[in-house]
Amino acid sequence: MIKRCLILCLAVFFAATAQVFSQDDLMDLFGEEEPKTEFAYASFKSTRICIGQSIENPPNGNLIFVVSHHFGTINQGFYEFFGLDQATTRIGFEYGINDWIAIGIGRSTLKKTFDGFAKIKILRQSSGARNMPVSVSYFGSTAINSLKWQDPDRQNYFTSRMSYAHQILIARKFSNALTFQLMPTLIHRNLVERDVDENDVFSIGAGGRVKISNRVSINAEYYYLIPGQTADDYYNTFTIGFDIETGGHIFQLFATNGRGAIEEYYIPQSSGSWLNGDIHIGFNITRSFTVKQPRRKP
Amino acid sequence: MKKNISIMILALLVTATAFGQNYVTKTGHIKFYSETPIETIEAHNYSVNSAINPVSGDFVFKVLVKSFEFEKALMQEHFNENYMESDKYPNAVFKGKIANVADIDFAKDGTYDAVVKGDLSIHGVTKAVEEKGTFTVKDGKIQGRSVFNVPLEDYEIKVPGAVKKQISESIEISVDVMLEEVQNP
Repeated sequence: MIKRCLILCLAVFFAATAQVFSQDDLMDLFGEEEPKTEFAYASFKSTRICIGQSIENPPNGNLIFVVSHHFGTINQGFYEFFGLDQATTRIGFEYGINDWIAIGIGRSTLKKTFDGFAKIKILRQSSGARNMPVSVSYFGSTAINSLKWQDPDRQNYFTSRMSYAHQILIARKFSNALTFQLMPTLIHRNLVERDVDENDVFSIGAGGRVKISNRVSINAEYYYLIPGQTADDYYNTFTIGFDIETGGHIFQLFATNGRGAIEEYYIPQSSGSWLNGDIHIGFNITRSFTVKQPRRKP
Repeated sequence: MKKNISIMILALLVTATAFGQNYVTKTGHIKFYSETPIETIEAHNYSVNSAINPVSGDFVFKVLVKSFEFEKALMQEHFNENYMESDKYPNAVFKGKIANVADIDFAKDGTYDAVVKGDLSIHGVTKAVEEKGTFTVKDGKIQGRSVFNVPLEDYEIKVPGAVKKQISESIEISVDVMLEEVQNP
């Protein structure tokens, strides 16, 4: 009797284990997942780290509306309400034409400037079937200031209004929380104010972000001017701030010694230094609109 | 004594043969649907893995969370980054059984009501679930369909206050899988 019981128990046990195994066996039918190329995404929450460009493009078919606001310097004290009484603004639109190319336009109050840019992905960080340690993008921008000529009687050329920025953005998303980016930059001004000023200014930028929660990150960027006349006369630009993401909006708040919201201005002509308290508080508000639906499978 | 052993062997054999005729798909469809007065969010996954053993009634799913496609790129990014945390929890898995497998004749064409019981793992949280659905058998294929709701709270998926009105507390999941027989080696 005992033996019988034992055998029965054993049989039940076998049957039970067989069942458990069979579910896992069913799982095995799916086979090994084919190694796919997985691209890094959301290296930054916004297309800007703070003021400067991040590796992110507007997604394919998405229109991004950006309002950038930069106040005056906080060391002006209470009379100027720590700079809040003065402000320069840039209003801009950016659009992702496809997965690789984005274009944008903008208008800044600073020097009444129009700007247009293109941002093109060259490499995308990926893992899996194809490994790529970094993402690389090219950013090129043209700015046209539309101020009245200082001396209308002089022979003035339209080209004198133009300046250009070229950047290579090299970024790596090390983890979900940490992204680091390098941005070698060339700024070219067709016309500069003084004889000694350089038309071409080289700079190396470095920036990154650390996420402190799923929706908030701390960002910083630093543009180092390569030694030369500009580096002697102006300060390197340092910006620190944070991103707050709320659904379709991204709110970026930052402090910087740079002026203006475009590369042509905030990199080569930062006349104020952090140590002297020439710090501008600023913010970007970003709103994303889906203009073109991505293709959908049947 | 001998009889018992033979029963045991028979039992083993039966379970062993049960492995023989599984049905499987890698291109199943799952729709994700959230509706509130403010916003409707819909996403589709067309690469759902599912397999069924018609004899034992074992029924499993494996879904790569990142394969959900949303209308808006930003939604997809937030879905993976903020809510599902797909890097940490890449797959959603269901392991279960058809509770009323005896009522379903998978050899005969027709539509059968089914109750499926098992463990659903999403976002690193496993919960016992029981859902109703139908199986349609036709031309040697089994089509499984079900619509059910998944409360976000059950799987510790947190929605911040600012977007609470845009995302439904309970997500409607529609499953549609067409399983085909596999010859096991």
